[in-house]
Amino acid sequence: MRVTLFVTCLTDTVAPEAGIAVVRILERLGHEVEFPPAQTCCGQMHLNAGYRREGRALARRFVRVFADAELVVAPSASCVGTVRELYPTLADGDEAMAREIDTLVPRVFELSELLAGRFGLEDVGATFPHRVTYHPTCHSLRVLRSGDAPYRLLRAVRDLELVELPEATECCGFGGTFAVKNADTSAAILADKVRCVLDTGADVCTASDSSCLLQIGGALSRLRTGVRTAHLAEILAAEGR
Amino acid sequence: MKRRGFPAAARKALRNDQLRGNLALATGTIRERRAKAVDERPDWEELREAGRTLKLRVLRHLDSYLVQFERAVEAAGGHVHWARDDVEAGSVVARLVAEAGATEVVKVKSMTTDEIGLSEQLAASGIEVVETDLAELICQLAGDPPSHILVPAIHKNRTEIRDLFRRTIGAPDLSDEPRELAEAARLHLRRKFLSARVAVSGANFGVAETGSVCVVESEGNGRFCTTLPQTLITVMGIEKLVPSVEDLEVFFQLLPRSSTGERMNPYTSLWTGVTPGDGPQEFHVVLLDNGRTSVLADEVGRQTLACIRCSACLNVCPVYIRTGGHAYGSVYPGPIGAILTPQLSGVGGDASSLPYASSLCGACYEVCPVKIDIPRVLVHLRSRIVAEKAGGAGERIAMRVLARAFADEHRYERAQKLGRAAGRPFARKGAISHLPLLGAWTDARDLRPVARQTFREWWRTR
Repeated sequence: MRVTLFVTCLTDTVAPEAGIAVVRILERLGHEVEFPPAQTCCGQMHLNAGYRREGRALARRFVRVFADAELVVAPSASCVGTVRELYPTLADGDEAMAREIDTLVPRVFELSELLAGRFGLEDVGATFPHRVTYHPTCHSLRVLRSGDAPYRLLRAVRDLELVELPEATECCGFGGTFAVKNADTSAAILADKVRCVLDTGADVCTASDSSCLLQIGGALSRLRTGVRTAHLAEILAAEGR
Repeated sequence: MKRRGFPAAARKALRNDQLRGNLALATGTIRERRAKAVDERPDWEELREAGRTLKLRVLRHLDSYLVQFERAVEAAGGHVHWARDDVEAGSVVARLVAEAGATEVVKVKSMTTDEIGLSEQLAASGIEVVETDLAELICQLAGDPPSHILVPAIHKNRTEIRDLFRRTIGAPDLSDEPRELAEAARLHLRRKFLSARVAVSGANFGVAETGSVCVVESEGNGRFCTTLPQTLITVMGIEKLVPSVEDLEVFFQLLPRSSTGERMNPYTSLWTGVTPGDGPQEFHVVLLDNGRTSVLADEVGRQTLACIRCSACLNVCPVYIRTGGHAYGSVYPGPIGAILTPQLSGVGGDASSLPYASSLCGACYEVCPVKIDIPRVLVHLRSRIVAEKAGGAGERIAMRVLARAFADEHRYERAQKLGRAAGRPFARKGAISHLPLLGAWTDARDLRPVARQTFREWWRTR
């Protein structure tokens, strides 16, 4: 199939390895990957921070850029959540825009939804010999309701030891501008998440969103824990080591 | 960065280790109990839907339900007073207490009376208010505002309460056994119940069809207040109505399971007007607006008025369970407070930092018994604040610059390159541990710099 990648602005800019991994997985599975270079940002940050007008303009742009795509995949539960949950509230009586959103939304998938749900896969041919714990992000859990899709994909990875994260459903404290506007509270929430990650004894903490990993990884690195983060896509793309 | 509002208060609260411990323990316990009580009901989702539908219907036809309620209360021998705001409500209550010839009133725990600062208003008229709910009494004796909707003294542990009681109402050798603490409060309150001539209550529900008023509680203090004194004054927000008595069955299932994690609350008092020879012989309802009609006018925000004050959203909120209620600087704390208070008091006002006191994790929406989409309302209120230019100027500029960069892929790519060059002097081994302007981030965690090769640069090399 032809799959169009929405890499997301954050992954493109600070975590390109996750985007590259999505391309490797899909090509290994025999799909054709397309990347429209006109894409930028879905508008999540602006919309969540209350900059609706700016966010709406970015949503319009997104809809235009991906209008011809058969399937859109993004390595981010929160960006897909934005498209699915917030875009339909943005038309403001513009019927053409409402229609474009309605036809696009069902074709946009988060990576684990695409692989485990749409494609019905569990084993995507990965090998990753590490002890891994998975943080289900708030958007994958409560907006996309991805359920056990990421766990099923991870369990099928060769040589991977999956360890359960205590208090897994708790937020990591990122929350976009929240991390800066309420930095103290964000850091307090993060501290508990990091404690839970360390309690698992995992070498790698994974999730389906670069933003949460930026937060969790930032603390794991600051505290010199020796535990690293890797996007779910990187693990599913790995072929050993 | 200079902090004001919630961020400043939260910063202070987060340093209080005792508070953090008390909150984590108490919210953890209630959460587990709630989860168990909710799991017992296979029809929980249908119940939530029914609760939401009922509440939204009442809000859609509030004008006619209110008039119906007023007529029914008066037909049953009660009196109805309408209050536009806190001051109007306070002066009505003060006048009624004076007319009853009382200088002391016993009070049932009520969020609405806290919202209008009724105790302070009555004190200014020379009327002493005695809180009769154990936790409200603790807060009153300590001079602390309540910090939780259901458990107002959640910020205090039993040792702190023992010390407080020793100083105020208890014997000097009082222990910190919950039983002994409760007994000390019981003895103190019993005298007040027997001597009071006037009681003030809030209302969990008002029934439009019959004019009945309902209070649910756990300790029986409410039952004392609504039956013993000669005069009973109920202050009720105009959104508290349900159409008929039968509709209460939905809420009697949703509320206790969501708030205390019980199948049923110990005391449910339901009364209709005045019954000669039985209970209070004078009954007054003060119907309070205090901003509610303006909440109703907001299409997205109005669902906030469906709230039944269960407090389940507080106990699951990653922000509330770490900062506690006082940081919100609002009678209604936690996620519901973050959407209700700014709407009641005006989004551009003092409460304008509250809609930002959330990571939008969605845990509140998931547990809300009437399915209030709190994250959606939070985001909506943020957009109202931005529209009124009540947010920070720095943020506004940054957002505008970013929006401009994202509007065109060439500008966006130039911004990436600029970010890479600007971050380079600060990056060590792929991590930035201090970055000017983003100190709020780098104070607590490292930042990933712009990649040496962005995804789109890599894509072009293929």
